[in-house]
Amino acid sequence: MQPSLFSETLTVSQLTYRIRKRLEETPELQDVWVTGEISNLSRPASGHIYFTLKDKKASLRCVMWKTDAQRTRPDLQEGAAVEAHGKIVVYEPQGQYQLIAHLIQAKGEGALFQEFLRLKSMLEAEGLFRSERKREIPAFPRAIGIVTSATGAALRDMLNTIRRRQPLTRVILAPSPVQGIEAPPALVNAIQALNLQSPGVILIARGGGSIEDLWAFNDERVVRAVAVSQAPVISGVGHETDFTLCDFAADLRAPTPTAAAELATQITLDDLRLQITHSQARLTDSISGLLADHQASISALASRLKHVSPARRIQSEYQRIDELSRRAASALTHHFQLQSARVDGISKRLGALNPAGVLTRGYAIVTRNSDGSLVGKVSQAQGEMTVRVSDGVFEVNHKT
Amino acid sequence: MPKTKPAQNPVEELNYEEALAELENIVETLEGEENSLEEAMKLYERGQTLASHCGALLEAAQLKVQKLAGESLVAFEEESE
Repeated sequence: MQPSLFSETLTVSQLTYRIRKRLEETPELQDVWVTGEISNLSRPASGHIYFTLKDKKASLRCVMWKTDAQRTRPDLQEGAAVEAHGKIVVYEPQGQYQLIAHLIQAKGEGALFQEFLRLKSMLEAEGLFRSERKREIPAFPRAIGIVTSATGAALRDMLNTIRRRQPLTRVILAPSPVQGIEAPPALVNAIQALNLQSPGVILIARGGGSIEDLWAFNDERVVRAVAVSQAPVISGVGHETDFTLCDFAADLRAPTPTAAAELATQITLDDLRLQITHSQARLTDSISGLLADHQASISALASRLKHVSPARRIQSEYQRIDELSRRAASALTHHFQLQSARVDGISKRLGALNPAGVLTRGYAIVTRNSDGSLVGKVSQAQGEMTVRVSDGVFEVNHKT
Repeated sequence: MPKTKPAQNPVEELNYEEALAELENIVETLEGEENSLEEAMKLYERGQTLASHCGALLEAAQLKVQKLAGESLVAFEEESE
């Protein structure tokens, strides 16, 4: 092949950059599963993992960064047959392409994952995971159903969480194995039996484990039982990064069993305490307000009452009484004076008429002793007679 | 709106939900309606009693854990750690 005279000359950097761009913009190289045997495994202190995947004819340099490496099971070994998922990049300083692996799993897990995806898309197509199927989780359920192993740490974590946050509720445990071949039918039975008790919410949970350990929660029977449960279901299976089909079918997915227990106890004891305190304050406020209102009306009435008080009338009545009694007293005095003047006049006149008064002027009264009759004429004089003068009496004898 | 009937159940016999519901009812009645002073004082006193009863129930609350055994419920004994 003749070089074209006019073709441009690239620097190594320019060419490498073009190759890199070409590879990194190819979608099927950016989301790829590759299987092979591990060799040249190296886990330096940086936490990143370096290895080569190879089969009979080819090899591929791989890197797994620290953040992904931490989530990977530590049993990676030389010679192990694995499946890695990741993207192809170019490391320019060495002119090498390599796989940045996000996930490594033992060969065969890939098959499980395929089954997971198949079941997921089937149930999804049926509408089992649709968001409008999701029901509200009650904020303060009276009873919380729990489906998990009676002996696991998951149960202990959930009970501790519920006890701490909301001991007023009640827990109904439906124990069930959570892994192994007997787990799926037992989980289904537990969900159905719990629903007969009508709990406000059901938690279905187990602690972390490998994809095989969690597999019961991808079982179609279990997923369907979760989907048709009358009580709303919160799933809390494995760790933050584990997703099971139960999570999709549940009304709410919690990253861990503890988180599931928290989501089932949205109203805590502290919230209730606050609510009571708040109600008490409202009680006191309203009664104080009412009392203040009444006090205000009483003051208003008292001041109006003062205006219409009979005190003034009583005052003026007193005055009238005083006036009347003064007039009565003076009328009485006048009357007495008149009367006593009259009495004086009468007694003077009486005095003038007193016969004793005549005697003092030298007259005498003569009476006959025999019959006491007055002697006014000479013819009447006879026998012994009494003569009364101004200062006494004396006897006379009439001589014939 | 119908007048709140003065509920006559002794407060100490009410469970938390009942006591809380009555308390909220009383608060709303006191806030919302024209009540005679005597009636209001009665409501207030009952409200205070309900509030302390609720508080006492909260402090005394102990989580009840039961286990399904067949169709019946039995007390669940937690393993000590």
